[in-house]
Amino acid sequence: MSNIKPETGAFFQRDRQWHPPAYAPDYKTSVVRSPQRALLSFDNTLSEITGPVFGHSILGELDNDLIHNFAKPGESAIGQRIIVHGRVIDERGKGVAGALLEFWQANAGGRYRHKREGYVAALDPNFGGCGRTITDDEGYYRFRTVKPGAYPWPNGVNDWRPAHIHFSVFGHGFAQRLITQMYFEGDPMIWNCPIVRSIPDKAAIEQLVAGLDMNNTIPMDARAYKFDIVLRGRRSTLFENRMEGN
Amino acid sequence: MVQQLGFLKETPSQTAGPYVHIGCTPNFSGIAGVYESDLGIAMVNDKTLGERITIRGRVFDGTGTPLRDALLEIWQADSNGLYNSPSELRGAADPNFTGWGRCPTDMETGEFVFETIRPGQVPYKDGRLMAPHVTVWIVARGINIGLQTRIYFDDQKAANDQDPILMRIEHKNRVNTLIAKRDGSAYLFDIHLQGDKETIFFDV
Repeated sequence: MSNIKPETGAFFQRDRQWHPPAYAPDYKTSVVRSPQRALLSFDNTLSEITGPVFGHSILGELDNDLIHNFAKPGESAIGQRIIVHGRVIDERGKGVAGALLEFWQANAGGRYRHKREGYVAALDPNFGGCGRTITDDEGYYRFRTVKPGAYPWPNGVNDWRPAHIHFSVFGHGFAQRLITQMYFEGDPMIWNCPIVRSIPDKAAIEQLVAGLDMNNTIPMDARAYKFDIVLRGRRSTLFENRMEGN
Repeated sequence: MVQQLGFLKETPSQTAGPYVHIGCTPNFSGIAGVYESDLGIAMVNDKTLGERITIRGRVFDGTGTPLRDALLEIWQADSNGLYNSPSELRGAADPNFTGWGRCPTDMETGEFVFETIRPGQVPYKDGRLMAPHVTVWIVARGINIGLQTRIYFDDQKAANDQDPILMRIEHKNRVNTLIAKRDGSAYLFDIHLQGDKETIFFDV
């Protein structure tokens, strides 16, 4: 993973007013799954500063191609072909190299390939819905998929999730661990969704909306969406044990 | 006016949802043939140093019902107290121990199981040793931002009594929520998201 010196500083404190609160009653499942006591706060120890890092050797050739990684030979998933790409950076604007990203999503009709899922929309026999990749030395990533459909869920009587792709992100420290969802520019469902609206600040919600990126669209093949991800930044270790700079 | 500090905002968290397994443990969820095996299912191999232990438990919601759609990840030091991470500068960790594991709760019983080793002690910032512990991260439908906690061990009482994090806990009757109980050859660690037995979760 390049010649960059490993960083050992503690992470910037999380802004928990920016993230969704644990208890967001319009998202009904959160009511009994949210802690009621205050969190115990302490500055990062080595247990949070360190974290697993994954090598490119874990990746298969089609891991970042959801159009083909579950498809029969010569076939492909049905739906709007898109490229999702972007950069993983930290709060200081530094690229995060070697970050493992995992993504999962419904198919073009809004149906997930999961035994607990019973939506009437059909499964696509050529679409599994999972993929993963690792960022390059500058933090860039990309994958290819079909645009997922909206789907209904039993929350309110008539609640529908906007089209979205789930992201699981590993940085370099376990305290950077993050799961989030990416939404698509212009989708009117975004602003009705109780899961989206668990985030109090509109500017924070907009950080989850990927823009249509015509510059990276491949003519006659696939459109592109750009989704940058920001992980927690880290402090200098100057005033701890070592005299290292910023 | 002063110069802007220029820091970005962290990407906000969202729930992992009920189908987190599709992305994180596809073989477990029945999607075969995309990845050879699910990441994080094996932390140890034949050559791993240290005492083998099993940690098992369930995650309960505020009504006492086990979560059957949660995903847990753990992160811990090797038997010498070293982390298998580039940010570990104190020495090389055991190459036969990943330090990281991932387990979905069973879709029927809600149980999670980790086959790992007893971690060595890791120093706190001021040099005092923390008691052996395993860091836990929990995501699920209904959890908007991953919950972090730690597992300590009930047969490490002397070390636990000196642990800088456990010593910070104001309500001593809650310390027990972080202590796994020896149960035959395994340690039992149940997690309560809410209510009288609520586990202590961290903001770290």
